[in-house]
Amino acid sequence: MHEQKEQTGLRVRGLGLSIDGEELLSDIDFSLSNTGITVLMGPNGAGKSLLMRVLHGLISATVGEVTWNGAAVSPEVTRRQSLVFQSPVLLRRSVSANVDFVLRARGVRAPKKRDAALDQVGLLQLAKHSARTLSGGEKQRLALARALVTKPDALLLDEPTANLDPSAVQIIERIVEKTAKGGAKVIFVTHDLGQARRLADDVLFLHLGKLLEHSPANEFFAVPKSAAAKAYLQGDIPL
Amino acid sequence: MAEEASALALAIDLVISQDADLFEIIVLSLKVSLSAAFFACIIGFSLGALIATNRFLGRPILIVVINALMGLPPVVVGLIVYLYLSRSGPLGFLGLLYTPTAMIIAQTLLITPIITALSKQLLEDMYSEYEEQFRAFGLTRRQTVSALLWDARLSLITVALAGFGRAVAEVGAVMIVGGNIDHLTRVMTTAIALETSKGNLALAMALGLVLMSISLAINALAQSLRLTQARSSYA
Repeated sequence: MHEQKEQTGLRVRGLGLSIDGEELLSDIDFSLSNTGITVLMGPNGAGKSLLMRVLHGLISATVGEVTWNGAAVSPEVTRRQSLVFQSPVLLRRSVSANVDFVLRARGVRAPKKRDAALDQVGLLQLAKHSARTLSGGEKQRLALARALVTKPDALLLDEPTANLDPSAVQIIERIVEKTAKGGAKVIFVTHDLGQARRLADDVLFLHLGKLLEHSPANEFFAVPKSAAAKAYLQGDIPL
Repeated sequence: MAEEASALALAIDLVISQDADLFEIIVLSLKVSLSAAFFACIIGFSLGALIATNRFLGRPILIVVINALMGLPPVVVGLIVYLYLSRSGPLGFLGLLYTPTAMIIAQTLLITPIITALSKQLLEDMYSEYEEQFRAFGLTRRQTVSALLWDARLSLITVALAGFGRAVAEVGAVMIVGGNIDHLTRVMTTAIALETSKGNLALAMALGLVLMSISLAINALAQSLRLTQARSSYA
């Protein structure tokens, strides 16, 4: 497996998660640097979304440890990250109020930051619209604006482009790339192989709750090491 | 039919002539029921939000009790408040019996379970939608509750109206703790009950029409507020 040497960044050691006696994640070890885009892939039910939630502290691991820059996951640590869900939950407020909400939750009133975040995702002209009347792509861009407005060290994206049309996907990919170039760590869950090829610096491949591969993207797509990853890349159902 | 027509004519006449007694009764009715709705909303929304966003021992029992209290008969509430506020009761020293304050207390007790149960249900539904996102934002409990209450504000107006409607329409509790004293604790419902018992059906019906009109006007006002906000696309 590809291991980063840095002491900083994300380190996951012996992580396991069981719910109601069922082992959903097990023996997961990997380290990620503080920059670049890591794509998390795997078939449905592999445990990708669960792993993202554990990394963000929404679910506690049953065993093992997760550290970001040497610190265990805690409310202070997760406040320096942002997680965007596949189906973003938007508040029953205007577009700008949705972004304001995240800033105010951190005790900040910064209309300029809010407007800059909305401008970054191309929603400034819709600032006064109801968030709930936006299209699917616009909703996801608003979720990204909310995630980015706090300038997180790490941006976790759980299938943010699922069910979006190609132009919306393209817009979101550009934002993600720009965020990564700005110095934030991006962990991106996707089933879209083309998207993974376009974005990934390295790939984590998960299957049946186990991490089967962690490789640089070009290696993973050229020579997948596990039979499951090979089958997945060929469009077959891994056994 | 002739009685209904004469009641309607009398109601219109009472309003047009700006009958002082009638306006005194209307003002007191509104003062008592709006105050009760206000206090019940403060208690009910807070309690509803706490139950909606917390899991604790005894929560299911508490919900069953609150739901059961929604059907509390007004006379029972009136009797309980009477026992507490009467001279020999534990709060008798306050001298509140047969005052508008006693009526507000009784109506508040009557409608708090309704407001608590309804707000708990709608906040719980909203919380199930928001919970994971709020946790991802790293919100504190207080931030979570205030965000829920704000986002549910339009639906909570309807809950408040349901509480107000129940308060302004009840007669049993205010009759017991208010005593239906002329120029002091007489409200629309107790006045209607009194006029009916005196056989003055036309006046009783006229008062009923005025009461229904007030209730309709307040509901229309709240509905227009909802629509205005919805049109502003913040729903």
